[in-house]
This record gives sequence, C-alpha cells and structure tokens, in this order.
Amino acid sequence: MYSYSDFDEAFVRARVAQFTSQVDRRLDGSLTEDEFRPLRLMNGLYLQLHAYMLRIAIPYGTLSPHQMRQLAYIADTWDKGYGHFTTRQNVQFNWPKLPDVPAILGALADVEMHAIQTSGNCVRNVTADHFAGAAADEIADPRPYAELLRQWSTDHPEFQFLPRKFKIAVTGSPNDRAVTKAHDIGLRMIRNAAGEPGFEVMVGGGLGRTPMIGVTVRDFLPVADLLPYVEAVLSVYNTLGRRDNKYKARIKITVHETGAEEITRMIEARFAELRPLFGGNDQKLLAEIREAFAPPAFRNAPVDAYDAFYKADPVFRAWADTNLTEHRNAQYSIVTISLKAHGATPGDATSDQMRLMADLAEKYGHSDLRISHEQNVILPHVHKSDLPVLHAALVKAGLGTANVGLLSDIIACPGMDYCALATARSIPVAQELATHFEALKLEHEIGPLKIKISGCINACGHHHVGHIGILGLDRAGVENYQITLGGDGTEDAVIGEKTGPGFAYTEIVPAIERILRAYLDLRLEASETFLQAFKRVGMEPFKEALYEAESEKDAA
Amino acid sequence: MSRRFTPKIVTANRLREGDVVYLTAGDTWSPLHHEAELIEDEAHAQMRLLHAAAQKLLVVGAYLADAKAGPNGPEPTHFREEFRTRGPSNYPHGKQADLAH
Repeated sequence: MYSYSDFDEAFVRARVAQFTSQVDRRLDGSLTEDEFRPLRLMNGLYLQLHAYMLRIAIPYGTLSPHQMRQLAYIADTWDKGYGHFTTRQNVQFNWPKLPDVPAILGALADVEMHAIQTSGNCVRNVTADHFAGAAADEIADPRPYAELLRQWSTDHPEFQFLPRKFKIAVTGSPNDRAVTKAHDIGLRMIRNAAGEPGFEVMVGGGLGRTPMIGVTVRDFLPVADLLPYVEAVLSVYNTLGRRDNKYKARIKITVHETGAEEITRMIEARFAELRPLFGGNDQKLLAEIREAFAPPAFRNAPVDAYDAFYKADPVFRAWADTNLTEHRNAQYSIVTISLKAHGATPGDATSDQMRLMADLAEKYGHSDLRISHEQNVILPHVHKSDLPVLHAALVKAGLGTANVGLLSDIIACPGMDYCALATARSIPVAQELATHFEALKLEHEIGPLKIKISGCINACGHHHVGHIGILGLDRAGVENYQITLGGDGTEDAVIGEKTGPGFAYTEIVPAIERILRAYLDLRLEASETFLQAFKRVGMEPFKEALYEAESEKDAA
Repeated sequence: MSRRFTPKIVTANRLREGDVVYLTAGDTWSPLHHEAELIEDEAHAQMRLLHAAAQKLLVVGAYLADAKAGPNGPEPTHFREEFRTRGPSNYPHGKQADLAH
C-alpha cells in the first residue's frame, strides 16, 4: 500500500504542531471559540451533543493492520474503547477531550494517518470501491487515482474555501459499489471501443435536503486527463457556486441552475485551458503511486478443504453465502466482516475487535483491510483454504454475523445519540429492526435488502438510496420517521420515493414489517428481490399495507 | 398582547471535556439539569445568556433551551434536551454512567 513520502510526513507533522499550538492558545484564552472553530474543523474536530468528536480520514477506505492497531490504541487511551466507521470511509471517536486531541493527531501521524480535510468547505476524503484491487469485475484498481486526487487536493490553495464541501468517489468497476452517482464528482471506470480504460465523469450528485443523481458530463475521460479535468470541474464550481445560501451552495445546485449542457461546455472550456499546463509530472507521480498498489503475491494452494467445510458446516455455509464475494483470483475470496451483529451499533468496532481484525489481516489477508461505506470491514484477499479458520476466529469475537447484504446490514448515521445536527435518533431504530427480524427469523427469507437510516435531512445514512430508506425528523417536538422505497445506490442509481405520512418512534419497526410482509406476499418467486418487486409493482401495494391498518383504526 | 414567555435554562458544553452543563442561579456550571436556574423572564434570560457566553475559558456554545418546572427543579421539554441530560441510548456512556456513582 501507499507509504508517505518525506513531503507527506513533513506536511502532516507540521499540521499536528500547528494544531497543538492552536489548542494551547484556545485553552489559555488567546483564541476565542469563533476564531478556533474553523481551525478545529480543518482538523476534523467537531463539538457534538455530549462531547467532542474526532473524524479521521481513511483514504479510499484502505488500512494496514498497523494502522488498525493504532486506532485501537487511540480508542483505549483517549476514548471509550471503540471507534465508529462511517459512510464516508472515515472513523470517528465520540469522546475525545480537547486537551488530548493534539496527542491523538500525533499518534495518527505515527502511522501515516490524519484528520485533515475531514470537515470544512474543501475536497473531503476521496472514497473508493472497498473491493478495489480484488473484485472480479474490476477494470483497474481505482486507489492510485484516489491517492493522486488526495495528494492534489490536500491543502490545494485554490480549493480550500469552496462554496461548500466537496466529495469525490472512484470505482474501478462498471458495477458501482462506491455510490459514485451521489457524489459531487463520481468517477466510474469503463472501457472505450478501443478497449482502453477511462472514466465516466458524473457531476452534481448528492443526497441531503435536495437529493440528485449526478449528471454525466463526460462519457469517456482518458485516465491521463484525470487531474486537469477534475481541476476544471472544481474551478468552474468555485467561480459559479453560490455563497449566498448554504443550502444552495453544493455543486448539485450549480449544475441544476446552470443546466447540464451549459456546465458541461464550461467545464470543457476550462479543461482546454488547463490541460496544456499539466506537463506530465502528474503522470509520473501516478506511475509511482501505482507501484505502491501492486497486487499481493497470491498463494497457489488447493482449495479442497474449503469445499469440504462448505458442504459439512451449515453455519460456515450461511456465512460464506452472504459475506464472501468473488475474487479476481479463483482461489481467493473477498471477506466482508459484518459490524452489524444483531442489536449492535452499525459501524462500531471495539478496540479488541480492531486488534483481532488486524491480526487476521496479517495472518490470512496479505495485511490489507478496508472500510466500506456500508460500515463494514473487508479483508480483500483471503485464500479459500484459510476461510474456515478465519470464520471460527471471527465468530469467537462476535464478528461472524452472516448478514451482509441482508436486512440487518443497515447503514445508520449516529443520529441524535451523538450528532448535534440530528433531528431524531437512528441507531436504536437500526438495533430494533435487526433484533426484531432476527427474532422472527425472516431476514434470510426476505433476501437481499438495503435499509438505510438518517437522523436528519442531511442524509449521512444515505436513506435516499436505500431500498427502504428511513429519515428521522422532529415533528412538533416528537421523533417521526419518514419512509422512502425503491432507492438504489448502484450504477442504476435512483432516489427513493416517499410513502406518505411518517411514523412515530414506536411505530416505525411495525411499519417496516408491514412493508416486508407485503413484499413476501406479492413476490413472484423467492429469487425476486425486494427492489425488483418494487420496480415491478410500484408504490401502491406497499402504501396499502403501510397505511391500511391506520385507516382501519381511524374507522373504528 | 405579547406571547407568554416559555421558561428557559442556559446550557452549554465544557470547553475542555465537551460535557453538557447547565448554568445555576449561583453562577456555577452543573452537570445536572434540575440544578439549572429556571428563567421565567425574557430580559433576564438574555442577561444570563450573555453572562454565560462571556465565560470563554469554561464553556462553548451557550444557548437558551426551553424547560419547565418540576418537583426537583427544571425539566427539559424537548427530547433533544432530554437526551443531553443523560447521553446516548446505545451505550451506558456520558452522564447516565458518570453521574450514577
């Protein structure tokens, strides 16, 4: 994996020193909170509901075992023994104390990590397909491009004060696992007619209060043009984007107000100016970065033990069926470790679990770990013969839940249990959904289903692209949950449709059950997924199931 | 006729720890909501908020939150403020644990 150059190292260390002195000045009163706030946000430090929160970037979701152990150490030393992995491939600590934050940033720098640009109106952590470098359907590893973008965007003088935050996601596969269409810039690798790799460039996607699917501004961008083109997009946005209204400042609004055709023309015009200024150093750098992402030395060994175990052990089989994904090397598997044990907080891992995952990655996974935007941890390269022993170790640590892609594999933002912006809780809704359907033993029968929960309109929980989306709101001083159906975060991205009036906190789990019982009744066969069934029958049958009980109550 | 003033308390987070605290009538900061000063007059509320905001080395983000009188002192009226009195619902962390002993 990529290792810091001397430049990276010096830059991150200098920033830690800078912030250390800023914290000192805040604590001795030389800086007011108004002066300090933008400085702490630039370093990922928020003040939340009950405490500070530190958001740490995990660039393109890639972690080494060494880094994972350091997160565990930070959790034990300065926090409450756990970390929360987020939908943007970051990790958040919910309980740091202000005087300790410089030491935490120092400990991060020791393992080539930082919290720079995890907040503020700048280019945020560049995210990527969590199966990068391993997926069978991949054209090329997207991480070298993400790393190039990270280096280019870090402290980029032109783009530190954009109209609003800016999120870029890259996928190296035509099958989009990085929700690229819901990003300010989405890059999806494809091949042109000549078979050369390039990117489809989508601009102006985003969720939040005005959800929009990104517009394709370039069908095929040669990979060598990536930086000048992305710079052209940022440059047009920086000039055109609205600074008068925070709610209209994201590039999706700029695209909407300018029109897809006109903004495409402006981007291309700016690109024509910028392209000649890139003399090839970016390509030299890219070539160096690429070497750092060379595939591991795959082992060549028999997989009979795996096949035998798969046939013999039903618990292992259930886990293998849900948590493994096809690897480009037929002897290998991609393992998704579920951080969604029924009743647990989605995305949370204890320090012990972090250390175990680090050990397992070292022992069985070519020392590679990933964080997915779906808040799970991935071991991208595991030889199939190692899977039974790996599974046994995971089960012992409470990490063997066989539910990836099923109902209880829920994305949930921290919601009003932590977040100062939230309008309702989301974690307990996720917990109750998972335990309720586990008790009913229904989730395997229901099959592939993505439930995504946000505790406010900002949609960190991606509810708009959930097959079932749940949005927690404050309705006249009471928590109220609005349901959307039919959302999809893949290459066929769709924003979900609202069902109608929302449900109270105590009513939301029964409401979801009514939707799912209706689905089980109306699906043509067991293989027709919820999303397929919704696309076939539309909203009406679900609406009926959802609100019929209520109207009966009214009539009584 | 002017609208009736909803009683308020002054709340903030401690600068160093981030903990939720409430301004008492005795000018101290308490972790307990029911020890807060219940303010029934709008002008007085503004004065108390100014007083709180001036304590830059102690607290961050002071604001007025709705409250009501209860048998043991002021009680929150909104669920957000209720959550702030105890901590998150997924773990026994925050006040619910810190104040239990």
